[in-house]
Amino acid sequence: MNVSSVKGSMSISSSTSTWKAGDTISDQFPAGLRVLVVDDDPTCLMILEKMLIACLYKVTKCNRAETALSKLRENKNGYDIVLSDVHMPDMDGFKLLEHIGLEMDLPVIMMSADDGKQVVMKGVTHGACDYLIKPVRIEALKNIWQHVVRKRKNEWKEFEQSGSVEEGDRQPKQSDDADYSSSANEGNWKGSKRRKDEEEETDERDDTSTLKKPRVVWSVELHQQFVAAVNQLGIDKAVPKKILELMNVPGLTRENVASHLQKYRLYLRRLSGVSQHQSNLSTIISAQDPTFGSLSSLSGLDLQTLAATGQLPAQSLARLQAAGLGRATAKSAIPITLVDQRNIFSFENPKLRFGEGQQQHMTNKQQVNLLHGIPTTMEPKQLVSLRHAAQSVGNMNMQVPPHGPQSSQNNPLLMQMGQQQQQQQSRGQILVDSTINHAPRLSSMGQPILSNGMATNVSSRSGIPENIRAPGYSQTPSMLNFPMNHASELPGNCFPLGSTPGVSNLTSKGAFQEDVNSEIKGSGGFMPSYDVFNDLNQHKPQSWELQNVGIAFDSSQHSNSLQGNLDLTQSALGQQGFSSGQMNGHNRSAAVASKAMFSTGDVKELRSAQNVNQHLNNLLVDNTIRVKSERVCDTSPANIFPDHFGQDDLMSALLKQQESVASSENEFDFDGYSMNNIPV
Amino acid sequence: MEVGQMQRRLVDYTKSLFMEGFLDAQFLQLQQLQDESNPDFVVEVVSLFFDDSEKLLNDLTMALDQPNVDFKKVDAHVHQLKGSSSSIGAQRVKNACIAFRSFCEEQNIDATLRCLQQVKQEYYLVKNKLETMLRLEQQIVAAGGSIPMIELGF
Repeated sequence: MNVSSVKGSMSISSSTSTWKAGDTISDQFPAGLRVLVVDDDPTCLMILEKMLIACLYKVTKCNRAETALSKLRENKNGYDIVLSDVHMPDMDGFKLLEHIGLEMDLPVIMMSADDGKQVVMKGVTHGACDYLIKPVRIEALKNIWQHVVRKRKNEWKEFEQSGSVEEGDRQPKQSDDADYSSSANEGNWKGSKRRKDEEEETDERDDTSTLKKPRVVWSVELHQQFVAAVNQLGIDKAVPKKILELMNVPGLTRENVASHLQKYRLYLRRLSGVSQHQSNLSTIISAQDPTFGSLSSLSGLDLQTLAATGQLPAQSLARLQAAGLGRATAKSAIPITLVDQRNIFSFENPKLRFGEGQQQHMTNKQQVNLLHGIPTTMEPKQLVSLRHAAQSVGNMNMQVPPHGPQSSQNNPLLMQMGQQQQQQQSRGQILVDSTINHAPRLSSMGQPILSNGMATNVSSRSGIPENIRAPGYSQTPSMLNFPMNHASELPGNCFPLGSTPGVSNLTSKGAFQEDVNSEIKGSGGFMPSYDVFNDLNQHKPQSWELQNVGIAFDSSQHSNSLQGNLDLTQSALGQQGFSSGQMNGHNRSAAVASKAMFSTGDVKELRSAQNVNQHLNNLLVDNTIRVKSERVCDTSPANIFPDHFGQDDLMSALLKQQESVASSENEFDFDGYSMNNIPV
Repeated sequence: MEVGQMQRRLVDYTKSLFMEGFLDAQFLQLQQLQDESNPDFVVEVVSLFFDDSEKLLNDLTMALDQPNVDFKKVDAHVHQLKGSSSSIGAQRVKNACIAFRSFCEEQNIDATLRCLQQVKQEYYLVKNKLETMLRLEQQIVAAGGSIPMIELGF
């Protein structure tokens, strides 16, 4: 136990060899390494802080994930590495991990007393660069600097490589790469790949390498542009160079685009896990609606993104249609949707377009799909998509800060994902709200959608348990389901179902926007409920409630503006407080969507559900939701909270959401879901 | 009693805690983290642990007292207690938590209630021991002595 022996042994000799001239490494490295440590356990947090200080690092500690995220967003370049606990009440550690990966691209180390293989694997799939088992020893902390160095090294390589050749994604994996490497590149891509492996840098490299690569902040706008460009090119053909050209952003380099594209791809790939399901869903959807078909193919992601970002509609629609036709290629669809989602994130989302019912359907469906990774049933897909949608909605909300009311919470740029989430959430809410308010309008649209949604929901629901990970997802599915079940019961509620689909539509179309504005209120709660929902989904109606409650929390937080509008149906919605003002753009759609979902009785529960997505998720979950929703109806909105408050997950999710306007996602306890990159 | 004697008593007492399994190597790490710039580190962390654990134990008691026990919640609390007790080196508490969690998985109400008792017992025991030990340390410091480093043959 001689701790001192380990001290002072750090040296980066080997790693520095590859550093380019531009890279400045102080002699004292790793002393002064800026570490952000997040753990809800005060004892552990204190011990870790002390140990890190003993390692001569500069430590910042947080006991909540939301706080950590906001700190990171405020000061994007202020930290070198993040240490996070896995089990936290307000946000799942993996969700935080995703957010950080997408928004800030910092190395993240997970910690837990849990050393089960599943959990560790989850860390890996979510992109954690290491996993420490508690109790953490100081020796383990002494070496965490290696992750910072490694990451920077890889970034440099990327930088250099892309500088001279047509860059394809370096990642070995995706078929996309293969596709576009063959099509887009002049054949340099392969060459560049080789180059990557070379340690010796040529002159070209030297030129680029001397430049210190600044960290690019992928703001909402930037991400939106990125997603738009990718969509335009088609996910298969989206090469960094072309994306860069399309984006036409001064100062942005191909490397930046390439690395962002990598992440996006991983994200999409993760979502594609549900692609199979989505295809199922899409088929169902397509049956109902031709548009759906195309949308469905896109998978929930598209929908979500659409919903979330408003902007999506245009883009996603295009994609959806393209994708829809290619239903067979569910997988590819997913990536597209993913892209869409990304868009959402970056979207400021003014565009929630609810207009088309079809679109709504699609989005719903997609969301569902996305949410669930369950391959065979629609439900899973739906859930997945819902989740995504929820997420995206949530994100969107978050992101929209610059846009004024909606984005009240978001940090303008750093929080892409987070913002998106929020926005999405708000959107979801808005969507829901608007949907609900405009019941008459939506109902007509919604009806068909409902059926679709329901179908999907059901399927997605099953997936929910797995998908729990997606924070918002679970809830949404349930939401969808809810309407279905209660369609008859809730005259107004039925509407929600429609709205759910609408939610998705909203995103794409943005038609609802008007409605949404007023409505946005309640949907905020989605996200949180999702989390709860996931857990419970399996079985507890209560969870539904909790979820709703959570949603209520969230929504209330998110939806400052929305709150006014909750008149939709239930007080629950109102709670969400999504002020329509906020939602204006994206939120609205989200809100509407979420509202729609709520109205069915979930509304009460959903009150807080700001995240439309969540609702969607909830709907998808349907079985549990159904049960719950019924119960929910009985409980007065006001009671819902306290009753369900019991559930820690839900509560924490709710609180989290509420507290952090920018909160990006709800806790996802989704185990099966491997959306690595979904920051949501 | 004079300082030397107190110091010897402290060393023997501390060693016994390790021998009996109340504390493990992690506690030594904490002690080594304490230095001039942070002379009360161990006391602070231990106090934090006590407060946090008592809250968790209360939550656990309430959770298991429900007509419909939410085992997920119970498990989450136990997991948290396991994490903090292992971080501080309270070995027996940690082990009791591990057993507790496995019964939570089985959703066995009786067994989990028993486990809760077990965890509480271990917690109060180690709390008592740590308080005694810290008191001894305080007395030594008050008398002008220094805290001897424990050399354990781990």
